[in-house]
Amino acid sequence: MIRLQDVAKEYTKTRVALSHVTFQVKRGEFLFLIGPSGSGKTTILKLLYMEEKPSHGDVWVNGVHATTARRKEISQLRRKLGIVFQDFRLLEDRTAEQNVAFALEVTGASKATIPQRVSRALTQVGLASKATHLPRQLSGGEQQRVAIARALVNDPYFLLTDEPTGNLDERATRGVFQLLRDINAAGTSVIMATHDLEIVRKADDARTIELNHGRVVFDSAETPPPETRYTPLIGQPAIGGPNEGNWPAPPKER
Amino acid sequence: MLSVREAWNASRRAPLLSALGVITIAFSLFAFGLFALVAVNIRHALRGIEERVEVRAFVSEGTPAEAIAAAMADIAAFPEVARVDYVSQEGALERARKDMGEFSDVFEEATLPASLDIHLRAGLRDPGTVRAVAERVKSYQFVDDVRYGEEWVEKLYQLRTVAAGTGLGLGLAFAAVSMIIIGATIRVSVLARAREISIMRLVGASDAFIRAPFLIDGFAKGVLGGLLALLLTWLAYRTIDLRFLKLVFFDPRLVALGILCGALIGVAGSATSVWSHLRRI
Repeated sequence: MIRLQDVAKEYTKTRVALSHVTFQVKRGEFLFLIGPSGSGKTTILKLLYMEEKPSHGDVWVNGVHATTARRKEISQLRRKLGIVFQDFRLLEDRTAEQNVAFALEVTGASKATIPQRVSRALTQVGLASKATHLPRQLSGGEQQRVAIARALVNDPYFLLTDEPTGNLDERATRGVFQLLRDINAAGTSVIMATHDLEIVRKADDARTIELNHGRVVFDSAETPPPETRYTPLIGQPAIGGPNEGNWPAPPKER
Repeated sequence: MLSVREAWNASRRAPLLSALGVITIAFSLFAFGLFALVAVNIRHALRGIEERVEVRAFVSEGTPAEAIAAAMADIAAFPEVARVDYVSQEGALERARKDMGEFSDVFEEATLPASLDIHLRAGLRDPGTVRAVAERVKSYQFVDDVRYGEEWVEKLYQLRTVAAGTGLGLGLAFAAVSMIIIGATIRVSVLARAREISIMRLVGASDAFIRAPFLIDGFAKGVLGGLLALLLTWLAYRTIDLRFLKLVFFDPRLVALGILCGALIGVAGSATSVWSHLRRI
C-alpha cells in the first residue's frame, strides 16, 4: 500500500513542488496522476520510489517510510517497484533481453532463473521475437515495452510510470496503454502520470488524481457522484493534446 | 564475479577512456616515482657519508699492547659500537700520506699518534650518541684525546633531518596530487557510466553492488598505471645511471610498495568518485 499524508516538497524556498498532498493507493488500483507541467506529478513519483524525500509529511510505500528509510531499504523497495519513464532509459549497447536481465543481475537474482524470467517478461509485453534486438533497432513503442518488461521482471507490487506514452505515436500509445491495463488486471497496481487526457477518458474505471501547482485539486475516489467523475477539463472533448492553458487555476492559499 | 565482468565490459566498451585512465595514473605515479628516485639516492648518499662517522681515540705513546687490547674488547662491547680498529703510528702515517695525495711529503718526518678508530652501528650515529661514546672512551687513562668531527656530525644530521622532512612533505604533496588526478580520471569513467548507474539504482541495485565494478576498475588501473610508472622510472634511472651519474634503484620491497600504492590510490580514487556520485543520485 502507498500512503501520502500531508506531504510537502520544497526544492528551494521559492520552488514548492507539492503542498498538503494526502492520498492512499491500494493494491490492485489503476491510478492516473494528471495535471499540467510543473504540477507535481513527477515529484510524487520520485517520492514514491524515494529518489526524493518529503520536506514535510509522511510517505509510506509498502511499509517503508520515505523520511527515515536507509539507502539499503530503498534498494530493497525498488526491487518491488517497477519504474517506467517517458525516455525509456534503456542501455543502448545491450539487447532487449540483456536490458531486462540487467534488472535481475544487479539485484543478485539466481543466474539459473534469469533466462526464463526474462523470456516470460518479454512474452508478456509481446516482444519475445525481438529479444536480441538492440534498442536502436526497435520502434519507440517497442522500446517502451522493453522498459516495461524490465520493470515487470521482478514481479513488482506497484508499477510507477512517468509519461510512458509521451514519446509515442497514437498507435504505440494505445498498445502501451493496453499493456499497462493488462498488467493491472493481472494484479499489479499501476500509477501513471500523464498529460494524455484522451487515455484518461477511455479508462473510466480507473482512479484519477489531478494536481495543480503542487496540490491535489481532484481525486475521483473522493468524489463519488458519477456526474462529477471528471474535472471540467477531462469532461471536455479531446482536442489532441494536454491543452495546458485550460488547466484550472490553483486553489487559493488557506 | 559479475562485478569483475561488469568492470571488464565497461573497459572494453570504452577502451580509449580506459587507456587514458591508465596513462594518467601512470604519469602521475611516474612523477612521484622520479621524486622517490631522487629521495632514495639522496638517502643513499647520506648513508654513505654517515658510515664514515667514527670516534677516534688517540693512544698515549708507550701504552702496553695488553691494555690496548683489553680496552678494545671493552669498547667493542658497547651497544652503540659496531667495530673497533687499532691504527698504529706507522699505520696513521701511511693513512695520512694516502689522504694527502700529492702533498704526502709533508709527513716525511712527522710522527703521528696511534689511535683506536671506533665505528658506530647504523642508526646510532646521531650527535648525542657519538658524543656519549666519545666521553666514555675519553675516560680511559691511556687516551690522550678523542676526536669525532663534532661540527660536521651535527651538520650531517641537520641535513638528514631537513632532507627527511622535505622528502616527506614533497612525497605527501606528490601523492596528494596523484590521488586528485587519479580521482578525476576515474570520475570521468564514472560520469561516462552515469546512465547505467542511474538505471542500476532504479531497479534496486545496492550501493555496494554499484560500487564494486568501479573499485575493481580502479584497482586494475592503479596496478597497470603503477607498473607503467615503474617501467618509466626504471628507464629514467637507466638513462641517468649510464650517461650521467651512478644511481641506485628501488629495492624489491619498495617496488612492491609502489605498485601497492598505485592500487590503493586507484581504489581510493574510485571509491571517492563513486561515493560522491551515488550521494547525488
